[in-house]
Amino acid sequence: MARAELMDFDEALELFEPVIGLEVHVELNTRTKMFSPAPNPANSEFHGAEPNTLVAPVDLGLPGSLPVVNGEAVRNSISLGLALGCSIAESCRFARKNYFYPDLAKNYQISQYDEPIAFEGSVEVELENGRVFQVPIERAHMEEDAGKLTHVGGSTGRIHGAEYSLVDYNRAGVPLVEIVTKPIFGGEADAPALARAYVSTIRDIVISLGISEARMERGNLRCDANVSLRRRAAAGEPAEPLGTRTETKNVNSFRSIERAVRHEIQRQAAILAKGGTITQETRHWHEDTGTTSPGRPKSDADDYRYFPEPDLLPVVPSRELVEELRAALPEPPAARRRRLKAEWGFTDLEFQGVVNGGLLVEVAETVAAGATPAAARKWWTGELSRLANARETDAASLVTPADVAELAALVEAGTLTDRLARQVLEGVADGEGSPQQVVDARGLAVVSDDGALVAAIDEALASQPDVLAKIRDGKVQAAGAVIGAVMKAMQGKADAARVRELVLERAASTGADA
Amino acid sequence: MSEINAEQVAHLANLARIALTEEEIEHLTAELGQIMQAVEKVSEVATPDVPPTSHPIPMQNVFRDDVVGDILTVEQALSGAPESDGSRFVVSAILGEEQ
Repeated sequence: MARAELMDFDEALELFEPVIGLEVHVELNTRTKMFSPAPNPANSEFHGAEPNTLVAPVDLGLPGSLPVVNGEAVRNSISLGLALGCSIAESCRFARKNYFYPDLAKNYQISQYDEPIAFEGSVEVELENGRVFQVPIERAHMEEDAGKLTHVGGSTGRIHGAEYSLVDYNRAGVPLVEIVTKPIFGGEADAPALARAYVSTIRDIVISLGISEARMERGNLRCDANVSLRRRAAAGEPAEPLGTRTETKNVNSFRSIERAVRHEIQRQAAILAKGGTITQETRHWHEDTGTTSPGRPKSDADDYRYFPEPDLLPVVPSRELVEELRAALPEPPAARRRRLKAEWGFTDLEFQGVVNGGLLVEVAETVAAGATPAAARKWWTGELSRLANARETDAASLVTPADVAELAALVEAGTLTDRLARQVLEGVADGEGSPQQVVDARGLAVVSDDGALVAAIDEALASQPDVLAKIRDGKVQAAGAVIGAVMKAMQGKADAARVRELVLERAASTGADA
Repeated sequence: MSEINAEQVAHLANLARIALTEEEIEHLTAELGQIMQAVEKVSEVATPDVPPTSHPIPMQNVFRDDVVGDILTVEQALSGAPESDGSRFVVSAILGEEQ
């Protein structure tokens, strides 16, 4: 495939204003599917199931089977709508979106069309550079996910040239909420970063609501990015009309979202600057090359022949339910971040380290469990992040905030040095119990009994008379050799500063004795 | 009065993945036209203040608890498949129509 011609990003922005629109699909983590009682593979309890082992007749569109709406999924959708600042429909219906493709066995997807459950909202998004945007939300509607196709044969495994496809319907019917923004203006050079920050904010929201696992790499959160360019009007001229948009699919990481939007701005600008036209189409994002390629031309909504789903009754959320769910909403992520940053007294850099490490919740819970903010930050962004990297997992999966708080308390009390505390953390991560249990079991506590230390120091001094002489001559740095010997004798379980103090003390008094 | 032309019938046939000959398209264009005219009669009585009825029975909010129920075994799930690899359905190659 020929590589698309790209215009320099800054040059593209001088000529055109980027307008973006984002569609985010969120897989809910209810125990069962949207319309069937089959286990939901987007719930962590059912991860990794063998193909076609999480299907009920409804998910296969078997004759005579009828869908029934999952009430919990509806409540979760309303909560999400409220968290997005949306109005909740007084009444709404499901609709059939008809298309023939084997990822859904029914030949239609149950979705919502002209009556979404939530509409007209706004989300505050803060960029890493501190800019704050209000992203306008058009709607959030309920639907079901489709099955997974694996294309077999052909040279690349991509869809073209495939000889046949294998279908797994485990994912068919997983509850989805699709969140659609209105066109977002004013992002300018920050448009790619804004797209990324928006999706990151949606992730924070669904995590704080506890309604999705929200793992992008698992497809719990998927983003389609619409991009169009509007030619800048000359001074005093009326605004130019909006440009034709493309929709880039398959964007499955935060980094890709930013790159895909940037790439599409540069690609469209190069075409438009040469007098070309943009085709309204779906484009596929290729993570490996950082480029997009054309998919199918975008179908008209008419081609889906939407009509009200006759097998399902209208959903009419009572105002009492809506208010109950509103009262239970967690603090909005942006407000929470501002509050925590102020409460903890972190610098911008320190706070960014916590946020970018995805450790905000962990640090907050560790502080709530009694640790100082500084200690909580230090352990999570330091040793635990290092351990998590080495073990290729999340820091949060290694230890609990309560463990970290307990560890910090042991360090604070002088029971552990930082060096010992790191060993204790490894023990906790290995499932050896709580920090105190690991300390007891491994005998890791600092030897705070001066008597034991003094004995070891006297022995070390006696065996290194040359060092003793140097210390007595005022060459204090020579004490390092003795401290090292004592720490070794204590198997590292001593506070080096206290040992140093005692070494100097004993050297002086031993000298007096001699 | 609604009209339907041969081009629209061919487009619909393509969306429905039905192969039609020229004769069949011609024949169906006439038939579908008549059906649409019959359905159009409804609009003579429907006034703007009557909302379209999708659900004639006045029921709403029928929900299921979020509790796992009966599901199929993989053997049952695949039992009606024309072809399978033992765990997944095998379908013929699909060209460039990812949804």
